[in-house]
Amino acid sequence: MEALLELLQQNARLTNSELADRLGTTAEAVAARIAAFEVEKTILGYNAVIDPDKTESSDVSALIEVRLRPEREGGFDHIAERIAKFGQVTSCYLMSGGYDLAIIVEGPDLREVASFVSEKLSTIDGVLSTTTHFQLKVYKQAGFLAETENELTRLPVTP
Amino acid sequence: MSIDLNSKIATQVAAIPRSGIRDFFELVQGRDDVISLGVGEPDFSAPWHIREAAIYSLEQGETSYTSNLGLLSLRKSISKYVTRQFDVTYDPEKEVLVTVGVSEALDLACRALLNPGDEVIYHEPCYVSYSPSIIMAYGKAVAIQTKVEDEFILKAEDVAAAITDKTRVIMLNFPTNPTGAVEPIEELEKIAKLAIEHDLIVISDEIYSELTYTGDDGMSRIDHISIASLPDMRERTILLHGFSKAYAMTGFRLGYACAPNILTEAMMKIHQYSMLCAPIMSQKAAIEALENGDAEMENMRKAYAQRRNLLLKRFKEMGVPCFSPGGAFYAFPDIRKFGLSSHDFAMKLLEEESVAVVPGTAFGKAGEGCVRACYATAYDKLEIALDRIEAFVGRL
Repeated sequence: MEALLELLQQNARLTNSELADRLGTTAEAVAARIAAFEVEKTILGYNAVIDPDKTESSDVSALIEVRLRPEREGGFDHIAERIAKFGQVTSCYLMSGGYDLAIIVEGPDLREVASFVSEKLSTIDGVLSTTTHFQLKVYKQAGFLAETENELTRLPVTP
Repeated sequence: MSIDLNSKIATQVAAIPRSGIRDFFELVQGRDDVISLGVGEPDFSAPWHIREAAIYSLEQGETSYTSNLGLLSLRKSISKYVTRQFDVTYDPEKEVLVTVGVSEALDLACRALLNPGDEVIYHEPCYVSYSPSIIMAYGKAVAIQTKVEDEFILKAEDVAAAITDKTRVIMLNFPTNPTGAVEPIEELEKIAKLAIEHDLIVISDEIYSELTYTGDDGMSRIDHISIASLPDMRERTILLHGFSKAYAMTGFRLGYACAPNILTEAMMKIHQYSMLCAPIMSQKAAIEALENGDAEMENMRKAYAQRRNLLLKRFKEMGVPCFSPGGAFYAFPDIRKFGLSSHDFAMKLLEEESVAVVPGTAFGKAGEGCVRACYATAYDKLEIALDRIEAFVGRL
């Protein structure tokens, strides 16, 4: 991956000039490159990585395995795109292995998520089965540990 | 009756001066307001998968001695890695010796090769242990002073001028601690030719060889060329490498020497009676590093590259001349225009702005006029340190 994308993935809050300092270029060049990434949808968006356990929120999150019947035209794409458009679905991936889609669904409580699965998801033509796993605790999310390690202590001057 | 203990110390040990680094260390130690650019090691902990391998090894009860040369499985991994990294191949059965850091390997190499009075040519400014290692092996340390004007590369013509009928070894360290210099291939080839012509052994410490930076954005790696890989040089080179820098494993204390069997065997003789073997848990961790460590190593290298970019940009804006170092994680800015010696500059910077850099003279007298700033420091701390340096040089 391009160094600029790697940096943004680690910390999207860096300003263009901070990014430029790290990459040995100018803020203008960074701005132009980011604009291009946004236009071509390489960068889909920006968000903060939040540990829900540290918030007041009682929202729940579930990973749902979905088995699909592929369509003659378009395979899984059409139906996967339909599923992905639901607001409750925060991520949606086509998978190899024992099921076809892995989706992450978020909702205010267990019942809401359950009703989304039974009323919306399972009833879509082409959805063969679903298996819902509720998330219990976050240890690491999007590359960030929930509990960071102590800072390394080094001798202040060494050869 | 009182005993004069000073008179009991061996002459060549007594002759070694106190390390300049140690003096400076004592000033900095205990001050928690100091941002230190004076360190010589990564600011990262060893990657987790490497630490986990060490823990697993302990859980398995692997707490024994290993073969003097080191675990054969590690030597095989080293041999494979060295072929990939340096384009030169050593037999893991008899041409690879695992040591307690490159420092031990360097000491072994000197002791294995030198007779009293033999001369070793090396380049300053350099890592602090080169000259003492030569002297403690009863050799004569012949320093070549590399220059800031040449970006601290070693000129083959200077090597040629230093060769006498007593010369036995040329010692190289590229990329260089403390300057970050990378030796151009043309010079390296000429030095190799001199070594062959004068039948010399080359000890090449290539501990920083993975940490190189090139390209407009400084993000690409320089294709490192080892002198051991040049024609007819494998047979007369001791290649030293280790895990401390690229894998952030300084505390594991693990290095290695690769050399033709007769040389490895000679070094092993000393190693087996002084060290016996390197710690097994470090050796187990090192196998994991070599087999699965590329990705994390590259992540760390990229982080250094970003900090290097910042450092060079800021030095330029402050009007502090600093050549663009191709390797390691050090910059060696030229501070002569401020009218202070390296020592006074570093002291004053420490006193007035609480930033530690190491006086260039700690690495030999060729370091006068420069200071070593290590950019293996968290980015936000580096930013603050650079702000303070800017304020400092603004007043000079």
